[in-house]
Amino acid sequence: MYLISFLLLFSLLAGLAIAAAPSVGVQARRIRFSVGALALASVVLALLHAHSGPEFYALSEGLAHVLDWLFMLGGLGLAVLLLYFCRRIKGYEWYIPALIVVQTGLMLYAELSSEHPRVEHAFYVDSFSVLMALIIAIVGGLICVHAIRYMHDYHAHAAGQHEAGDLDRSQQRPERSRSLFFFMLFLFLAAMFGIVFANNLLWLFFFWEVTTLCSFWLISYSRTDEAIRNGFRALGFNLIGGVSFAAAIVWLTHGPGLRTWELDQLVAGGSALALIPAVLIAVAGLSKSAQMPFSSWLLGAMVAPTPVSALLHSSTMVKAGVFILIKLSPVFHDTFAGLLLSLIGGLTFLVTSLVAVNQRNAKLVLAYSTIANLGLIVMCAGVGTAATMWAAILLILFHAVAKALLFLAVGTTEHLIGSRDIEDMEGLVYRRPAIAAMLLVGMLGMFLAPFGMLLGKYTCFQAFLSMDVMWGDGVLLAVILAFGSAPTLFFWSKWMGKLVAMPRHAQPSEVPIPRDEAIALVALTLLTYVACALFPLADTAFVIPYTDFLASLGLIPASNLAMPWETITLMSLMLAGLFLMPLAFWLRPPHFTEVSGYLSGANVDGSASYRGAMGVERVVESRGYYLSGFIREGTMVRVGLFGCGSLMLVMLMGAVL
Amino acid sequence: MKPYAWSLAFAFILVGPLLGALLAGVDRRLTARMQSRKGPPILQPIYDVLKLFEKDTLVVTQLQTLYLWGFLFFMVIAGFILFLGSDLLLSLFALTVSGIFLCLAAYATNSPYSNIGSSRELMLMMAYEPMLIMVPLGFFLVTGSFRVSDIIAGSPWQVLQLLGILVGFLFVLTIKLRKSPFDLSSSHHGHQELVQGMTTDLSGSDLAIVEIGHWYENVILLGWLYLFFAPWGPWIALPISFVLFFAEVLVDNTNARLKWSSTLKASWLMTGVFGVTNLLLLPVIS
Repeated sequence: MYLISFLLLFSLLAGLAIAAAPSVGVQARRIRFSVGALALASVVLALLHAHSGPEFYALSEGLAHVLDWLFMLGGLGLAVLLLYFCRRIKGYEWYIPALIVVQTGLMLYAELSSEHPRVEHAFYVDSFSVLMALIIAIVGGLICVHAIRYMHDYHAHAAGQHEAGDLDRSQQRPERSRSLFFFMLFLFLAAMFGIVFANNLLWLFFFWEVTTLCSFWLISYSRTDEAIRNGFRALGFNLIGGVSFAAAIVWLTHGPGLRTWELDQLVAGGSALALIPAVLIAVAGLSKSAQMPFSSWLLGAMVAPTPVSALLHSSTMVKAGVFILIKLSPVFHDTFAGLLLSLIGGLTFLVTSLVAVNQRNAKLVLAYSTIANLGLIVMCAGVGTAATMWAAILLILFHAVAKALLFLAVGTTEHLIGSRDIEDMEGLVYRRPAIAAMLLVGMLGMFLAPFGMLLGKYTCFQAFLSMDVMWGDGVLLAVILAFGSAPTLFFWSKWMGKLVAMPRHAQPSEVPIPRDEAIALVALTLLTYVACALFPLADTAFVIPYTDFLASLGLIPASNLAMPWETITLMSLMLAGLFLMPLAFWLRPPHFTEVSGYLSGANVDGSASYRGAMGVERVVESRGYYLSGFIREGTMVRVGLFGCGSLMLVMLMGAVL
Repeated sequence: MKPYAWSLAFAFILVGPLLGALLAGVDRRLTARMQSRKGPPILQPIYDVLKLFEKDTLVVTQLQTLYLWGFLFFMVIAGFILFLGSDLLLSLFALTVSGIFLCLAAYATNSPYSNIGSSRELMLMMAYEPMLIMVPLGFFLVTGSFRVSDIIAGSPWQVLQLLGILVGFLFVLTIKLRKSPFDLSSSHHGHQELVQGMTTDLSGSDLAIVEIGHWYENVILLGWLYLFFAPWGPWIALPISFVLFFAEVLVDNTNARLKWSSTLKASWLMTGVFGVTNLLLLPVIS
């Protein structure tokens, strides 16, 4: 209990202290210190709660009452603040203030009702939320550390200076927007802690809306027109989810059937009682985790500074969406609503994996792959067996670490080489070996055996084929997964191919990676490795206790998830191979004669040009394949939006009728 | 885990390439006969590779050798898992990793020809991957397990139940063996638009690694084919698999090369028509 309140309050206070820092140097020190403290607290929490079932905490009557009022006032304050921001909307964005008003009205209608359900346990800790807290504190924290230097350069760049970071600048007062920026980052973390630990649905909703606010503010950070429009789009889409969440709370207050404001009671209601509110909350989860038809807000979020994208894509925001879906997953078990939810995830996975092949912009590739991976997690959540929940939780873990690494590495690369175009990253292994190695580890972590994501896919296949809602459902999901994985393979390998290519021209680049960025990147690289090597540990400490508890309540069918030792041995063998081969290569490199590549003519300038048939010197150029004629992005996206939109409507109507 | 499974797995590591070389040798002889030539001795592939080891190795970058090690390592692992009687899906994943390492080696040399070759190879992987995944899925639905040892001990009717999957698998086997009409990533004949595709800038011992890797790969694919007929026992299953395997040579010699887009469309269509339909109909058949 104390640790939870520490995590929540400390990140809030740290945010304030950082925003109030008198100089850039002090601000940086405070950020590093706060991140360290948060990481330490989350590790202590993990050590105390790993391997054990959930614990629920009741608050004293008086405190609960005060907090109830505070949260209600906070919710109102939030609504007023959002309405204030809405002064800059354009005509066609009229729906945003409307949604704010509707949502606040719904919440007040629920909160002020005379006979509302009593909340016994306001907070809880279980092994899943502990794992989430670890991800939020450590991955999120590292992103904040990376942001210290990144924002420094970002502002210097905006102010037209060439390179910032000299000592005297660290004495300066930080710009107001930058202080507010870091405050928002820590507020974001605090809200995330709130989401994973709150059992009171109203409070959870408040934290939920705080993340919406933070993401809106952070996306619009650069104040360009594009950034502001994209920020409003994110706000609008998330508010649709918010209204749906609020409707679920109203249903749980006034509706027939189940009346409760507690998350665990809602889940315990099972599909017979809790399906309607669960479906409503699932819509909120879909919007937050950027599934189609809501996906475009996450793509628009790219305009924000890279640490923001990294935060939104890896440890916060989208993870809040899938977190709530996995929490509700037992309710969806063996229902048509669950199958429809899985299909929404599946269609999103398929479409975005295909569209990602088209992209040349590294951040867009990452964004589409995030949406695709979240789609996979949603697929698992909709099935709702122990095996799929197991897979979903592991996917969250591996995705958070690898995606944070990739985003930050792309951000740093962009600062170093001045481009985020994949084609411009040719030969990065030779030009910037360290950053290229990190990118490669991140990519391997995203899709290749023996790394974690593949493990998740493996379990998904097994779990889907054991499904039994209707004829052919599991096969359908497994086929979607098979077809969606193929383009994933293509676009990642293509990008890796660019990185490992021998550059045609020497492109010396001496600028070192700034220290704070290097710390964050190296730590995340190690985390990716460690998470993969020690996944059985994460498995027994965090995932199995959670699914076992749900099974003991009879909410999901019990099953034995233990991986056969043989599989684990083989996976470890592969991981060891991936580690030892470069080591052996480095210790005993073969010495072969180096020549320039074959160009079907006499090479003139290394591999860069050759003497062609008519004696003319020809410069060599070759580019990657993007299949833009084969996979038409516009058509694919339309199919996805329409398909997922109708699936969602059917899911809502099916649940209500 | 029975001891003979271990011995089979280790036998694969040691004898696998020899068997693969013999397969390649027979393949060349058959091809030659179809073209009214006499053809090289059966052991010619082994002589070729031994000669490659004698030659100087020229590289564009030293790192390409590292990627080729990765290619060979994961190929051996894939076969090891398969012949151990362990998890078929895991074996497939290892096979995929191995394929990607080969592409990385080709990308690393960065000549336009190897670039196109490896891009096409990735495209081919995208084409055959879904169908290859259908195979373990089909076996899982029939036997309730991804384990090779359970599949071998399965019902003798499984090949009939999985007939559609077998057809689809034979289709993508042509791609996997880099046979015409799908040999668009690496050409075995010089002087074409692709030169030698992925292997353009690989020479000497590097090229030998690629050859050995392919030998392993052919044995693994033959093993996959064998699995369909495995419950009938080796005396029936082995000849059938050999016949089907070498039927690919006939396909190779009677077809012209396709473009990548047609390949992709054709193989996804085949996967949908034969693989997916078969999976959906399985509850009805069994």
